[in-house]
Amino acid sequence: MALKILSALITGLAQGSMIALIALGYTMVYGILKLINFAHSEVFMMGAYAGLFLIGGLGGESSPLFAGVFGTLGAMGIAGTLGVIVERIAYAPLRSRGKNKANTRITPLVTALGMSVLLQNLAQLLFTAQYRGYPQLLPIQHTRKVIFITAIAVMLALQFLVHRTWTGKAMRALSTNVEAARLMGVRTGRIISLTFLTGSSLAAVGAVLYCLDQSQAYPTMGTVIGTRAFVAAVIGGIGNIPGAMLGGVLIGVIGELTKLTPYSGLQDVLIFAALIVVLLVRPTGLLGKAGIEKV
Amino acid sequence: MIGRRRWWKATAAALALVAIGVGCDNKGSGEIKPEGTAGPGSAPAMTEWRVGAYLSLSGENTAFGIDTREGIELAVDDINKAGGIKKKPMKVLFEDDKSNANEANNKVLQLIDRDKVVALLGEVASARSRAGGIVANKKKIPMITPSSTNPDVTRVGPFVFRVCFTDDVQGQMGAEFVIHKLGKKKIAILFASDDLYSSGLAKEFRDYAKKIGGEIVIEKSFLQKETNFTTYINEIKDAKPDIIYAPIYYQAMVPIARQASAVGIKGDMFVGGDGWDAEVLLTDAGKEMDGAYFTNHYAPGVPWPNAQKFLTQYTERFKRSPTSLAAMGYDAAMLLADAIGRAKTDTPESIRDAIAATKDFPGATGNITINAERNADKAVVIVQIKDKKFTYHSMVNATPGAAAPAPAPAPVPAPVEKK
Repeated sequence: MALKILSALITGLAQGSMIALIALGYTMVYGILKLINFAHSEVFMMGAYAGLFLIGGLGGESSPLFAGVFGTLGAMGIAGTLGVIVERIAYAPLRSRGKNKANTRITPLVTALGMSVLLQNLAQLLFTAQYRGYPQLLPIQHTRKVIFITAIAVMLALQFLVHRTWTGKAMRALSTNVEAARLMGVRTGRIISLTFLTGSSLAAVGAVLYCLDQSQAYPTMGTVIGTRAFVAAVIGGIGNIPGAMLGGVLIGVIGELTKLTPYSGLQDVLIFAALIVVLLVRPTGLLGKAGIEKV
Repeated sequence: MIGRRRWWKATAAALALVAIGVGCDNKGSGEIKPEGTAGPGSAPAMTEWRVGAYLSLSGENTAFGIDTREGIELAVDDINKAGGIKKKPMKVLFEDDKSNANEANNKVLQLIDRDKVVALLGEVASARSRAGGIVANKKKIPMITPSSTNPDVTRVGPFVFRVCFTDDVQGQMGAEFVIHKLGKKKIAILFASDDLYSSGLAKEFRDYAKKIGGEIVIEKSFLQKETNFTTYINEIKDAKPDIIYAPIYYQAMVPIARQASAVGIKGDMFVGGDGWDAEVLLTDAGKEMDGAYFTNHYAPGVPWPNAQKFLTQYTERFKRSPTSLAAMGYDAAMLLADAIGRAKTDTPESIRDAIAATKDFPGATGNITINAERNADKAVVIVQIKDKKFTYHSMVNATPGAAAPAPAPAPVPAPVEKK
């Protein structure tokens, strides 16, 4: 019994670290722009397709290491570019036009939803709704280990970026107060684009790992994982990077432990119940800081 | 002066109006396009037989839809080459329901109301056939499902038929095969709890297996959208079964097979149902599934008289081996054409009566007789996956009706609709 729980925990950690990678995208964008980027799950999905084509194109199973590494890097590039494009055409114009007007939060939200639907249907048009399997680069036992190591490495790299570089400092400055950061000489537009780029690349890594391990690529795959990742980001404290990681792992573990019971449908119920409980007890999430709303 | 802002707003508004206009035109619900067809009730002005086919041409079960469509197209070409039915050609209008039951509902409505079809073919997945069947029955248009096996589908009403066996037969024959032919008594069951087909078939298998001396050591259910089956597989492995019965659709079987082989469960431990029948299963998980068996309607090497002819025709035209979906689609279309030919008048009601009276129709998948429950008593074919190919293994219930066990007084399980 204990062994079963232990192996479920380990699976949950691996699953959760993939969810955490995507939750990071949501949390970083919210931290800076106070905007929930609903299009993020679709960027994840596009990253999965990009990875599929690149890994297949670079040799697939005949050269697993080369195809895997460069395919992932390529997918990161493509997803990152897509994230920046979405930001430039959908969110940036609203920011400059929306100054001093009402509904500064609602309009970008609606636009984000719109971009999400657009990207999903675009994928359906371009790639058809067929489920496409990834070439199997590694036997699954090794894939799990690779996933875990990659996720941890990527998150450590992100922590390094955010806390030890000037760019990271600029990101943190923006998330504290955008105007003040601009007054301090930070190029806000550039840093915002960079945030989107980073978040989207992480989502692409998550997508490739997810697909290599267990899934096939299809246009609506973003919604399933996106909901979980968003909940993870909120549970951990939206705007807080370690919080997103914690939230992701928590969601993964809850999901896997529920599978041990005879009612696997309880997964979503428990995840959202956990969300409600956390928000009731700590409204800003587990690691979130209570921000002072300046009137 | 009209400023730039005004221009942009005006252009956007104009485009929006055009988009709405175009969109409304396409929907055409209630709009009747007079094409010489005065409607299904008064047929004499018809120049062709319009049949609607709603299939999953995209989405999770794309393989089912495309295979069935190819079978139907082959049949229609054969029929029209031989002169059509009552000297009029048969035309099939295909609609894609995107593997979604709500879409299926809409497409059937569209085919009946807008396109005025006299009969319907579809669907493959039982959840969607049931949804479409409810509409067809209400509108009194006969519908033949080529491959849906859940018993509830034909229980919808007198206008819904099927040309294949039902899941009670499939589950029971599956249990027969596992326990008596393979001799394995300890069985684990893995199925999708939110799918009508999967949970229905699992229940039939389970009930009959217990009756004939099998032991269900563990039963795990998952949600259809699930992709990580490791925990389920580990638990099943711990229970040490001889066979794992997995009556699920092929797109879930691929990750399960891969993840199972990662922990050492070989392909020959799996037994499944007709939901496995897709090429994708072979290309994506053929190696991991080597040696597995599943119950099906047809297999390329099956020794039926018309099967060989169908096989050659299909491979010549589509350059690959047909799945049972294609064979059933072919038979359903041929049977429908035969019924239209036998119908006393050209109305949907008399076509329905002709379908109900079908006896010993020689199809590519065996002799088809429609019984009183509007189902066909067909033999169950056991297919084995060997060397990345579907190969014919044997037949169970070879004399339909004779060896069939008494149908269980079906306590109909609350239909769990696919999302």
